[in-house]
Amino acid sequence: MSWFEKIMPSRITTEKRSRSVPEGLWMKCPACDAVLYRAELERNIHVCPKCGHHMRIGARERLARFLDPGATEEIGAGVEPEDPLKFRDTKRYRERLLQAQKVTGEKDALVVLAGTLKGLEIVAAAFEFKFMGGSMGSVVGERFVRAVEHAIQHRKPLVCFTASGGARMQEALLSLMQMAKTSAALARLSAARLPFLSVMTDPTTGGVSASLAMLGDVNIAEPQALIGFAGPRVIQQTVRETLPEGFQRSEFLLEHGVLDMIIDRRDQRDRLGALLRLLMSRPAATAD
Amino acid sequence: MDLNFLDFEQPIAELEAKIDELKFLGSDAEINIGEEIMRLKAKSKTLTTSIFSNLTPWQITQVARHPQRPYTLDYIGQIFTDFQELHGDRMYGDDMAIVGGVARLDDKPVMIIGHQKGRDTKERVRRNYGMPKPEGYRKALRLMQLAERFRLPLITLIDTPGAYPGVGSEERGQSEAIARNLFEMSRLEIPIISTVIGEGGSGGALAIGVCDRLLMLQYAVYSVISPEGCASILWRSADKKELAAEAMGLTAERLDQFGLVDEIVREPLGGAHREPTLVTETFKEALVRNLADLQALPVERLLEARMLRLKNFGVYSGN
Repeated sequence: MSWFEKIMPSRITTEKRSRSVPEGLWMKCPACDAVLYRAELERNIHVCPKCGHHMRIGARERLARFLDPGATEEIGAGVEPEDPLKFRDTKRYRERLLQAQKVTGEKDALVVLAGTLKGLEIVAAAFEFKFMGGSMGSVVGERFVRAVEHAIQHRKPLVCFTASGGARMQEALLSLMQMAKTSAALARLSAARLPFLSVMTDPTTGGVSASLAMLGDVNIAEPQALIGFAGPRVIQQTVRETLPEGFQRSEFLLEHGVLDMIIDRRDQRDRLGALLRLLMSRPAATAD
Repeated sequence: MDLNFLDFEQPIAELEAKIDELKFLGSDAEINIGEEIMRLKAKSKTLTTSIFSNLTPWQITQVARHPQRPYTLDYIGQIFTDFQELHGDRMYGDDMAIVGGVARLDDKPVMIIGHQKGRDTKERVRRNYGMPKPEGYRKALRLMQLAERFRLPLITLIDTPGAYPGVGSEERGQSEAIARNLFEMSRLEIPIISTVIGEGGSGGALAIGVCDRLLMLQYAVYSVISPEGCASILWRSADKKELAAEAMGLTAERLDQFGLVDEIVREPLGGAHREPTLVTETFKEALVRNLADLQALPVERLLEARMLRLKNFGVYSGN
């Protein structure tokens, strides 16, 4: 109310307009602040139509949008987490698991599906970042290994989308060993001459980046994704100087020879499909 | 405070100081203090035994990081003969945080690779506190593949706080360097024995630690993250490191309970640094024996067993 209205109340009273917009129908792009209609954003696979910012996306939705529509077979869904160390920090690991399972509807942080990409049979895995930061424990490791084994057995290529903070501390050394376990599985896939495409998405750091993520026959990243071994905060504390502009982003890694390419999420079906067909000496896909 | 003693060893330090004092007096005193010294020495030993039989995981971490603890080059000098150090990754540089070369173990040629920490300030800086950069891991990989070509078994010694987190490390692909070693070591056609001799710090340790046999010295630790790191993430305070060390179960004994360690190499009372010659004997015997076991296997069997070992890591339910 302005000072004028205080002394001279307006005779025309307008009803306060109530917000008729349901919660969550609109959202703001964290990069360019553009207000976006959620349905449109979903159609655009969670890439801002205004600035191209790649937002984080759930594992199942990602795979659904990446694979051809139609039947898929889930691999390793029956493998569920345990708490062998009876780990407890400010909360019990068991509670953290239950909470993550409730929030995400997943049993653990990796989803593996066998399906087709542009008609080519493939195995695709995706990390669920909302499940304890996409951290890798025994279940993630085992599901990944099963993905590899299925791929070898059925002579299919493997694609993995990573989004992870690294190894899961609550499983301590068992988590560290998952790095060796998954890398060893990829050595078997490689010996079977089947391609592994690693797609690193925001963020891919720690033990996941230092194992399966960097072992792609082709290393791919989404634009502007944070990718690195140590987190920027740890490096900042160690070197005590300001980090270079764009440090540890996809573009920085491409420039330093760590990645083969950066692919926009909206082009991934086409480009990964083409890449796999080239590597496997299959005829090019017909347009769909 | 004597730097040789850790905070929880202070009662021992005080007794030892008293013994030294008496010894100094001994030369001109009339009374026979020999008896008193003997008595104090016995007391010091009992005290050490009682303290060391009840160490917490955090205290063991401190012993594992003890500045006097034998490092890789100490063991190489004591256990192996004819060591010829090899340098450089042929791509970028020579990382002094990792040393490697050919040597003889009981006259049999082997390749040996290990993290190396420094003893004094200058050396510590030169060795980067035992924290390797990508070129260190790539040097290690080069030596492993050299060993494979000449059919030399591989022995690795683990002792690092972790891989170095710096700008240059990231620019040169720290993650890729570690991942590549895990990948290649899983299929290296030679026997591999790894031993955690001090600190086994996360991926930086594992990058030379994929093996057929994992040994751990009694007071070594091996974990996915340092207790300080774990505490600052999960408790939001590095001061909770003792709780974190407890929760992660990073000691040889706890890891053995989970079947992650094949053999614990016993250390003398008070830790390896108290009597280095004693630990080298036990350690050498363990290496020779395990190596003989592994060399008896044909290569295919060795690799199958390694694959199975790697595949079985993890605890989960369901199918």
